[in-house]
Amino acid sequence: MTVAALSRRRFLIGTAAAAGGFSLGFHLPFAAQAQEREAILPEVNAWVLIHPDDTVVIRIARSEMGQGTLTGLAQLVAEELECDWSKVTTEYPTPGESLRRNRIWGNFSTGGSRGIRESHEYVRQGGAAAREMLIAAAATLWKVPEAECSAASSIITHNPSGRSVTYGAVASLAAHMQPPADVRLKDPKVWKIAGKPLPRLDTRDKLTGKQVYGVDLQLPGMLNASIRACPVFGGKVASFDAAAVSGMPGVRKVVQVDETAVAVVADTWWQAHSALLALPIVWDEGPNENVTSQSIAEMLKEGLEAEDAVIGTRIGDVRTELAGDVKLVSATYSYPYQHHATMEPMNATALYTTERCEAWVPTQNGEASLSLVAEVSGLPIEQCDVHKLHLGGGFGRRGWHQEYLRQAVILAKAFPGSPVKLIWSREEDMLHGAYHPVTQCRLRAALNKNGEVTAFHMRISGQSILWPLRAEVRETGRDPAVFQGLNDGGSEGAFGYTISNLLIDHAMRNPPVPPGFWRGVNLNQNALYVECFVDELAHEAGIDPLEFRRKLLVDNPKHLAVLEAVAERVGWGKPAENGIHRGLAQIMGFGSYVAAAAEVSVTGGELRIHRIVAATDTGHIVNPAQAERQVEGSFAYGLSACLFGECTIDGGRVEQENFDTYEVMRMDQMPAVETILVPSGDFWGGVGEPTIAVAGPAVLNAVFAATGKRVRQLPLKNNSLAV
Amino acid sequence: MARLTINGEIRDIEVAPETPLLWALREQAGLTGTKFGCGIAQCGACTVLIDGVATRSCALPASAVGPDQQILTVEGLSNDATHPIQQAWLALDVPQCGYCQAGMIMAAAALLNSTPTPTDDDISAEITNICRCGTYNRVRAAIKLAAETMSASRKG
Ligand code: FES
Ligand code: FES
Repeated sequence: MTVAALSRRRFLIGTAAAAGGFSLGFHLPFAAQAQEREAILPEVNAWVLIHPDDTVVIRIARSEMGQGTLTGLAQLVAEELECDWSKVTTEYPTPGESLRRNRIWGNFSTGGSRGIRESHEYVRQGGAAAREMLIAAAATLWKVPEAECSAASSIITHNPSGRSVTYGAVASLAAHMQPPADVRLKDPKVWKIAGKPLPRLDTRDKLTGKQVYGVDLQLPGMLNASIRACPVFGGKVASFDAAAVSGMPGVRKVVQVDETAVAVVADTWWQAHSALLALPIVWDEGPNENVTSQSIAEMLKEGLEAEDAVIGTRIGDVRTELAGDVKLVSATYSYPYQHHATMEPMNATALYTTERCEAWVPTQNGEASLSLVAEVSGLPIEQCDVHKLHLGGGFGRRGWHQEYLRQAVILAKAFPGSPVKLIWSREEDMLHGAYHPVTQCRLRAALNKNGEVTAFHMRISGQSILWPLRAEVRETGRDPAVFQGLNDGGSEGAFGYTISNLLIDHAMRNPPVPPGFWRGVNLNQNALYVECFVDELAHEAGIDPLEFRRKLLVDNPKHLAVLEAVAERVGWGKPAENGIHRGLAQIMGFGSYVAAAAEVSVTGGELRIHRIVAATDTGHIVNPAQAERQVEGSFAYGLSACLFGECTIDGGRVEQENFDTYEVMRMDQMPAVETILVPSGDFWGGVGEPTIAVAGPAVLNAVFAATGKRVRQLPLKNNSLAV
Repeated sequence: MARLTINGEIRDIEVAPETPLLWALREQAGLTGTKFGCGIAQCGACTVLIDGVATRSCALPASAVGPDQQILTVEGLSNDATHPIQQAWLALDVPQCGYCQAGMIMAAAALLNSTPTPTDDDISAEITNICRCGTYNRVRAAIKLAAETMSASRKG
């Protein structure tokens, strides 16, 4: 079989096989791919391609990084398409192709738990339109009115005569049919494919080693690179001694990348990395060499009392009420920098010629990758493209901060015509994150004689993720993300508690450590502050924490419903087994309502988390089995953060360079997780992130119940408790 | 140059002796199912079996493995997911991003070699691989399921 023949066949099979094609080492320039596909495979519309053998290829613009969006989006298209689910495969269109077709696939960005909730409507419309075109094709063939035909499971039937034809047989004709002007989407109540707990479409290749991740990509003539950027934030390369390593095996070149980094390019990655480790580099550490965790904490602490702050929510008059004749409760919490620590380290592969630049990237935002490729290559965007690969974890890391891609393109420019794959070592990855930002929070509240909260002031001091990204945030000092879950109403993240005097404000303090979107974003810190402090208030008022929250949540029945669901399941109010203590938390974020109950024990200074009960109301659910996995996984992620997650800063750099010092949760620490899905049906909320936020506070409140001690400085491991 | 027996096949591999087995497998033998996660024997993504024992290949020089030692990678377990461990993983739809899963599966294979019916404590003690997506509870369930089917087929 020639390479061309192989490539053509491979291309027909979908994402996994297309990636397999890369690994076989062929590469077709994009235009040839498109022509080839058009010649062989009729595109019914942008979302749906159908082979003569009835195989359905559904195009997915969002990125799969483990969260199951690939399967969920395919279910939504397939539901409206009325196709046979067992014949469904998927592929990623490229961002370049999308751009050429007027962004026909919409937004590629995959973050903020938006994959499904923001595109469900247009992907379903895509599936429905394709179905109508297939029916129209069959009706044309039979010369009967379309209204006499119906479609189910990839078969079109002419109802009066009982004649039938499969999708595959009419797909090429359907491609020439007029797309319907508008389509009616099905009522989710009659869904047969969407809404069902179907297995993922991408599991098998992950069990055999066939799934090609970015680090696995092989292209003909490919070179490999390892890189070091100045470990001190804001530092630069002063000098390096290329001659010291240029004779090492396989080394092609030592390349300075921007002002900040040096890379070795070699035949294999291990050769490149070995030479990099041997390369003498002198850094100019720049202005931040004296920054420490301590100096950052001082900077934030000042913000806790600062006069100047941006108001997120203000109701009534908090200051007057707090100064009155009330019982005052106050507490200060702090939350450290944390790292995403995706299992697959950052990487990108680029191929540059003077006419064209292409990159292969595990990216959460293909369009952002494409503009970066164009910017760094200096070529018009039409001459660039990005091939997306499945991500070995994303968690927000691979959306907006794609320096590894920038570096890969710079390296590719040093080797025109040869693809260069850059893989960051774990150390490089840990030292150059886009860190879950540092914040502190001071909470003050007034309780009246009945134990009711009459005033509540929450002052957040700390870093803004959007400040480096958006001019208007720099101008106004207002970062809306800081108030996630604390908003006065709205469908994204509304504060659930009704308090007549409420003030939530933010003093922005931006230390020189780059912040980023981290699975759950600011909702994580905010939920921890609010839910632990509300637990403190309940205790001070001498009222059961569930009862206390019930009163405060009177106006927000959806917030309350998920809380009631976990309380009931965990057995709140009933005696627990000996030594077991419970805690609760709730929040709203990413459009969903979530709550958790934790059962823990503390014996001899050692904490064990035995059981988590989590409830989530996401409105609609596209795949309950995958939603459950996301909820479960979010406790591994959220509890890793709560128990261990901490990047400390010394000398202007992160001190933790690998998993030996950056601890994460492992099998023996993972509690049982029971997930309750309570979709109330009238909205679309996110799944991947929100439950992370309740993991920490539910456990910390249980720790208080067990020990009488409040953990207010995260992570928990710094509070003389072993896990 | 190293002579290695990988998935039952003797291969002469052109590699500097101190190269970690992981990179010899990935870059010279072309077996990329075994993953790079940390490089310091902390995460388990690079787990392979050597003579049936789970080994973190990122911290073991290729030259330390003798030609008679049997190296088994995920590709060698079965390349069509028919091995009972892969079948259990498939039945429970374990992977999320999947990056850690080859290492998990190989660690499970070693555990089931030495302990055909592992208890929860055995699993907690032996499976120390990191999964950032949080598949731990399903990995645990899949190991138990694989143990059941494997012991049934031994009896049968
Ligand atoms: S890569 Fe070998 S243990 Fe992490
Ligand atoms: S499945 Fe993603 S790291 Fe384990």
